[in-house]
Amino acid sequence: MYYRSLFPRDLFAEFDRLQREMQQSFDPHPSIRGLTRGFPALNIGGTPKAVDIYAFAPGIDPATLEVQLVKGMLTIAGERKPEPLPEKATRHIDERFAGRFQRVVSLPDDVDPNAIDAKYRDGVLHVHILRKQEAQPRRITIQ
Amino acid sequence: MSENTAVAKSTENTRNEAALLPPTDVIEDIDGITLYADLPGVPKDKLNLQVEADTLTIEGEVSLDLPEGMESSHAEVGLPRYRRVFTLSRELDAGKVSAELKEGVLKLRIPKAEHAQPRRVEIQVA
Repeated sequence: MYYRSLFPRDLFAEFDRLQREMQQSFDPHPSIRGLTRGFPALNIGGTPKAVDIYAFAPGIDPATLEVQLVKGMLTIAGERKPEPLPEKATRHIDERFAGRFQRVVSLPDDVDPNAIDAKYRDGVLHVHILRKQEAQPRRITIQ
Repeated sequence: MSENTAVAKSTENTRNEAALLPPTDVIEDIDGITLYADLPGVPKDKLNLQVEADTLTIEGEVSLDLPEGMESSHAEVGLPRYRRVFTLSRELDAGKVSAELKEGVLKLRIPKAEHAQPRRVEIQVA
């Protein structure tokens, strides 16, 4: 899988990524790890004060979710157990993800690793990381 | 009154609006069908389940607490709505559907109608 920054800064890097993704989807021999779509799906956004990551991971006991921040890399890992199949039952549709998962996001340099909190509600893990004080915009008064 | 019309409008509109297809598992056993659907981000009051004749519609709206002024930089869940429609078969008892939404997973149980339950035929040995 390609490393990619989820916080676009450079337009050319973005074009590059787009081109790679298009190539990947038309490639008759895709990567052994499949396309970049993984579980849980991630939505990422930011404000001048914080970075917010939403991981769509339904049906997981929040106590078993591992959220780690090491050297600016945020890792979300865990396991989702398949629904048990009762005796003499048939599975007609089987689309939901089951098994171990891990996703890694590289965070921008200005986040504060000590100001991170995570909440799990309605199957969505919300990780909220504040940016460092010194990185926040400040108004300078003119003497 | 304006509120009422707004609500009526929004339910009318949702049919045509683009929505995500939630991943689903369907398991059938002797007594009925169990359906699991992943609807992460949908709270109970934003889930809409409908059985109309033999059509089951699952619809849910995603509600996340987004900070004010947040700019999205990467989105894999690109729409705030899920919708999926299933056609039920006749032996299912649509009047007895039970639903449970827990941590973004919807579990539906649709029992088979009494007349469709399998019966064991005793073989008489003469």
